Amino acid sequence: MSANLTTLAYLPTIVAFILALKFLSSPKHARLGNQLGAVGMALAIAVTLAQKHFYGLGYGIIAIGGVIGGTIGWVGARKVKMTDMPQMVALFNGVGGGAVALVALVEFHEKAGLPGRIIWNESGAIIISALIGSISFAGSMIAFGKLQGLVGDRPIVWKGQRVGNILLLLIGITAGAIILGGHSYQLIWLLLIEIAGALAFGVMFVLPIGGADMPVVISLLNACTGLSAAAAGFELRQNVLIVSGMLVGSSGTLLTLMMCHAMNRSLGNVIFGAFGQIQAGGGEGASNEGLTVRSTTAEDVAIMLAYAHKVIIVPGYGLAVAQAQHDVRQLADLLTARGVSVEYAIHPVAGRMPGHMNVLLAEANVPYTQLKEMDDINSEFPQTDVSLVIGANDVVNPAARSDSTSPIYGMPILDVDKSKAVVVLKRSMNPGFAGIENHLFYEPETSMLFGDAKDSILKLIAAVKAV
Amino acid sequence: MSGNTAVFLAELTVLILAIFLGIEVISKVPTLLHTPLMSGTNAIHGIVIVGAILITGANLHSTLAQIVGFFAMVLASANVVGGFAVTDRMLEMFKGK
Repeated sequence: MSANLTTLAYLPTIVAFILALKFLSSPKHARLGNQLGAVGMALAIAVTLAQKHFYGLGYGIIAIGGVIGGTIGWVGARKVKMTDMPQMVALFNGVGGGAVALVALVEFHEKAGLPGRIIWNESGAIIISALIGSISFAGSMIAFGKLQGLVGDRPIVWKGQRVGNILLLLIGITAGAIILGGHSYQLIWLLLIEIAGALAFGVMFVLPIGGADMPVVISLLNACTGLSAAAAGFELRQNVLIVSGMLVGSSGTLLTLMMCHAMNRSLGNVIFGAFGQIQAGGGEGASNEGLTVRSTTAEDVAIMLAYAHKVIIVPGYGLAVAQAQHDVRQLADLLTARGVSVEYAIHPVAGRMPGHMNVLLAEANVPYTQLKEMDDINSEFPQTDVSLVIGANDVVNPAARSDSTSPIYGMPILDVDKSKAVVVLKRSMNPGFAGIENHLFYEPETSMLFGDAKDSILKLIAAVKAV
Repeated sequence: MSGNTAVFLAELTVLILAIFLGIEVISKVPTLLHTPLMSGTNAIHGIVIVGAILITGANLHSTLAQIVGFFAMVLASANVVGGFAVTDRMLEMFKGK
């Protein structure tokens, strides 16, 4: 195939990717969109295989590598639990970044072996894609390790960390700049130094970030991998890579900023704030002394729920940990059958990545029409008889509205404290993921149902049936 | 203007347009679908598989290209297959009333 014909043959792929993203605007068409994206990808692979006459050995290596990688990806995608989705995304993102860096390495090695200098824009693209791809690979692997519990979940900080990180990045950038500007453009060890510096930076920059902020980091690294793929498009002179990579780069950046916005924090604060590590004294403005917690029983809660007109369920990550999604749905069905209006209030950062809770509830066959976003449901709390908070904490903490000393001050929250009664299902009085005290638990309209979320819900189901 | 510069500028134009297109197409995605969005875009950057195929197949005189290209193929195809498959598994679960 001629180069022009190839470029033309890649166009349907570009259209398919754009439509795939566009169709994600509605849950009705989202799946079709993703399948369209997959078809676009298959087409791009076919066009690439047809465009040059590779030798048998080349096809063989491509096929074996593809089958091995594809099998790993397929098995991982089928086996992963929905609660573990964030680390799966981190892993798939990391391998993409790694592939970009390896492609850059080979491109450099081959082009440096030819007489004459590499064209400036191609060597620039090699340097950028190797740098960002390596950072993305190493950072994603650490993010995966943290979420999987292989690396400490809490932020790891040490003295001189920021200076050290900047130095590592500078090593990478300097090595790249020497390649680009100097006469030693053909020295592959310079590129290896650049990659090593970028890998070390990727590790060091994710280590100090707490598990609660990991989704933001993954989203950022996702955008980085996209960007590096776009750079690879400049080095290989392929528009399909430039467009697809940059689509991911820019949409990923927007998504990252939206996530930060939902937590009312700047991206810089997330990356450099070491959140979850300094909160020991958080919220000093109000102490808990003299406040009492009202503990309740499943029977009492069942009566409240059964005779309510309107119940809003506020699920948090604790629900997912307890694997209680299906039981919650059963409870909701029981209440609905009694004529109670039941809805779910989903905070944008509930779960361990944005929209994670929606996936977990969808898995339990909760229709998405019952899942209400924060802005849509907040006005309904004053008319709500019972808000049932299950394993959520920071996203219902009124300190975010009122206590300017709280680390989460300013974060938009679900206004459950405005409903007529609040029942909190919680294992113990331990503070949540971010380690912040929650005054909702001490409010007079709040009662606490202590215990494992799944046990408590099973007890509630039995009690509601007995009412 | 040399041929290379002209091509580069055309590529740059495409890049800039893709930036705005990316922002535009996802600005209407509801938070309901943010997790599938993340894993779906994740699958799309697996397009680097095109690069992995090119470097592996086109550099047959080079052992390094073949070895590194093999690993690039493994990583990129795990990205592509895993990304699309896991997104499909998630979206399959979203049902209306």
